[in-house]
Amino acid sequence: MFEAATRAVEAALGAGARYADARVMHSRYESMTAQNGQVEDLTQRDTVGIGVRALVGSSWGFFAVPDLDAAAARRAGETAAEIARASALVPGADLELVSTEVRQDSWTSACDEDPLSVSMSDKGDLLVGVTATMRQAGVPLASALYQIWDTEKWFVSSEGHRIDQRIRECGAGMHCMTYGEGSTQRRSYPSFRGQYGTAGWELVRSIDLPAHAERIAAEATELLTAPLCPPGTTDVILGGEQMSLQIHESVGHAVELDRILGWEAGYAGTSWLDLSKLGRLRYGSDLMTVTADPTLPGALGSFGYDDEGTPAAANDIVRDGIWVGVLAGRDSASIAGLDYAGAVRADGYARIPMVRMTNVGLLPGPDTLESMIAATDDGIFMEHNRSWSIDDKRRNFQFGCEIGWEIKGGTRGRLLRNPTYTGIGPGFWASMDMLAGESERRFWGTPNCGKGQPGQTGHTGHPAMPARFRNVRVGVRA
Amino acid sequence: MSTVQDIAARILERVADKNPAADAAVTVSRESSALTRFAESFIHQNVADECYRVVLQVHVDGRTAAASTNRTTPDAVSALVTSALAAAALTQEDAGWAGLSPRQDVHTTGNWDEATAAAAPDARARAVRSFVDAAAGLACAGYCQTKSVEAAFANSAGQAVSARSTQASMDAIARTGRSDGAARTAAIALSDVDGAELGAAAAAKALAGREQFGLEPGRYEVVLEPGAVSDLVSGLLWQGLNGKAVVEGRSFARLGEQQFDPAVSLWDDSTDEHATGLPFDAEGTPKRRLELVTAGLTAGIPHDRRTAAAGGSETTGHAVEGGDRMGALPTDVRLGPGATDDLIADVERGLLISDFWYTRALDPKTLIYTGLTRNGVWLIEDGRLGSAVSTLRFTQSYVDALAPGAVLGVSRSMQSSPRAIAPMASGSSSLLVPSLRLASWNITGGAAG
Repeated sequence: MFEAATRAVEAALGAGARYADARVMHSRYESMTAQNGQVEDLTQRDTVGIGVRALVGSSWGFFAVPDLDAAAARRAGETAAEIARASALVPGADLELVSTEVRQDSWTSACDEDPLSVSMSDKGDLLVGVTATMRQAGVPLASALYQIWDTEKWFVSSEGHRIDQRIRECGAGMHCMTYGEGSTQRRSYPSFRGQYGTAGWELVRSIDLPAHAERIAAEATELLTAPLCPPGTTDVILGGEQMSLQIHESVGHAVELDRILGWEAGYAGTSWLDLSKLGRLRYGSDLMTVTADPTLPGALGSFGYDDEGTPAAANDIVRDGIWVGVLAGRDSASIAGLDYAGAVRADGYARIPMVRMTNVGLLPGPDTLESMIAATDDGIFMEHNRSWSIDDKRRNFQFGCEIGWEIKGGTRGRLLRNPTYTGIGPGFWASMDMLAGESERRFWGTPNCGKGQPGQTGHTGHPAMPARFRNVRVGVRA
Repeated sequence: MSTVQDIAARILERVADKNPAADAAVTVSRESSALTRFAESFIHQNVADECYRVVLQVHVDGRTAAASTNRTTPDAVSALVTSALAAAALTQEDAGWAGLSPRQDVHTTGNWDEATAAAAPDARARAVRSFVDAAAGLACAGYCQTKSVEAAFANSAGQAVSARSTQASMDAIARTGRSDGAARTAAIALSDVDGAELGAAAAAKALAGREQFGLEPGRYEVVLEPGAVSDLVSGLLWQGLNGKAVVEGRSFARLGEQQFDPAVSLWDDSTDEHATGLPFDAEGTPKRRLELVTAGLTAGIPHDRRTAAAGGSETTGHAVEGGDRMGALPTDVRLGPGATDDLIADVERGLLISDFWYTRALDPKTLIYTGLTRNGVWLIEDGRLGSAVSTLRFTQSYVDALAPGAVLGVSRSMQSSPRAIAPMASGSSSLLVPSLRLASWNITGGAAG
């Protein structure tokens, strides 16, 4: 595999590139869904190919093919350089990549139980069983899903990188729905899209889907007749899973350097952050310390090297409430005058690496969920994301949760249906006055982060735990 | 080089060799995609790839499994067949299996432009250059894309169809620093994408939106430009006019009922002259024009074989890869035009909205969405376009917005949008929509607070 990547890089250099890199990737994917006690879909995908990036002057070109023979690899390199020359018809400013340590290395993620080797019938039995349990508990629609990714990649650059990695990821989840007069209710476990990590099938065993099937079915039924989340302004406690989405949408995307530089303006959007304020802008309360750390064992955004060959390393993003870091690649960091990269990945051989979140999450605080509820005189505890919408600068958000509980006098009370909350990022984070600690921190995984054109699906991790926010607008509806 | 038809036939033979009792269906597509992306008025990403997509589904002894690969070598084909058959032997019984598509002819072989299929990177870069040069010195961001697909479907019941299509598109904004203006188009041929025209249009929009003021939340009459309308249409199709949603009981759709204003007619037609979707679906069923809404009456629901069988109807030819999870989706959607292009003249007080952004359903049954405006909002007063308004958040039922009596006007002119209703479908999609004047839209906040 290194041979094909080396040929492609040499061909790009021979065709005029001043820098080139190539990734050969072999990706295997397997997923199954079950609905109402029946397997609904079983999919297996196996792809192999090479993607080559060439830099001519200040302009990039990228070309990918599914063939790895010598001629195909050479053509991929030459075509990447040809595309880069075309880019120069509309050139940017001079560009130097920030330096990165040149390594020849191999890295493999930890995996106790190879998920692709687990019997497919066992995996099917799990999904069929939990959906049947939920159905028997009275819900009209019960679904469950697992997904497995096994990715091998071989990276070569014209600077001398030669790195191979094998990353195994998997996860699972389930949800059910109930239908009432003009509305639907949904309950999920362990997360609205499942829990995922850079781990083996032991992760799926650890979340123990069967133990929670009856409970979420009962809650979905109870929600149908629960009172609506009342509109108004109140204190809100968010569960850890919802906090992971809050971090992903209103911090993770906002600190992507390509967005800050305007490179995503035509599609994903920009950011409310201004680079000139890096190091002094207040992002949130003193309790807010966010890191981007691809070295966290088992988290979904973990790797040994990013797709530019930069070794995984932790960076502070927000420290004690102050914005101090970004997610960057070697070209965007150079243009921004920064000296670190390491957050560039592609979702397959056929896509160009771009700035993606790694594991972006909060460091733990001093509180517990229990202590937050006890300290809240009047508020709502919301858990499990149901809808999410945020503006193109990542400031104004409106998120909906599956379930809410009224809090009165420090006690969790009745269920509330259709809980939503809305806010403006910096003001919202500034209102965070309680944050749970290490014992309630989970590395939530997001396996479907969309970005880029053509679209790419990123895998990101989010260390998160429950937190309390003051004076939040809730209950917005049509 | 083998044709996609040859490869499909070879895979079916291989399945028959290994298990003559297996039902099998295979789609083979050869796809070429190139996208030139620009921001801050320079090309910052310029990518292309060539690939095969081979998707094999087998049904053996009541069990179903699918496998896919991007390789067509004999070894890869053999591994694909082995993998699919092995998975089918291990999985649970498939009670919803609806059988293979019978032999039927397609009604067209697709819309194809040779020059677009062969377009060099220079051609896309020149379109970008034209956009940037026409944008009055404003910063520009967006993309120019060309795609081609040649696809063949074959199954062990004797169905064998093939087609090919091309698509070229451009979607970009011009930026003043305080406002953005968008322009976009999609066509079968790159020669129909005029970068200069789009750049000038985007710049004019951006310049018209420079001075913005905030607006109080509340209900407003609105004129939605095609970009915003395409979001409404997408929401209707994903959440409601979708066979899986109907079968699962989570759809708003009630066939034969007047659920929409008489001004609303919506259909899918992968056989018309603008279509860039393939004329057969992922199950090999030939596509025909499907009326979805006729003069406000809910007239049709897209189905694949599985949802059709579950719902007691016939497939409409809208199966897509991944449809077991997402349902049947159309690829070439048209919202019927009206008779005038002046939707503003009779608006006493309302809003002109260019695009919606990050829209998400809060409830699939009522189709209540929240989202934001993007790329321009303007106040309309006494029939005239007034000041620009800063970004707004809305929380609104899409069904209610189009309900009987709620549609006050539909434009005569239509815009072709690059937005894909079914991005997972093999090939491209096309979406043609007009502007709409709607009686009420629920603004629930502004992006500033």
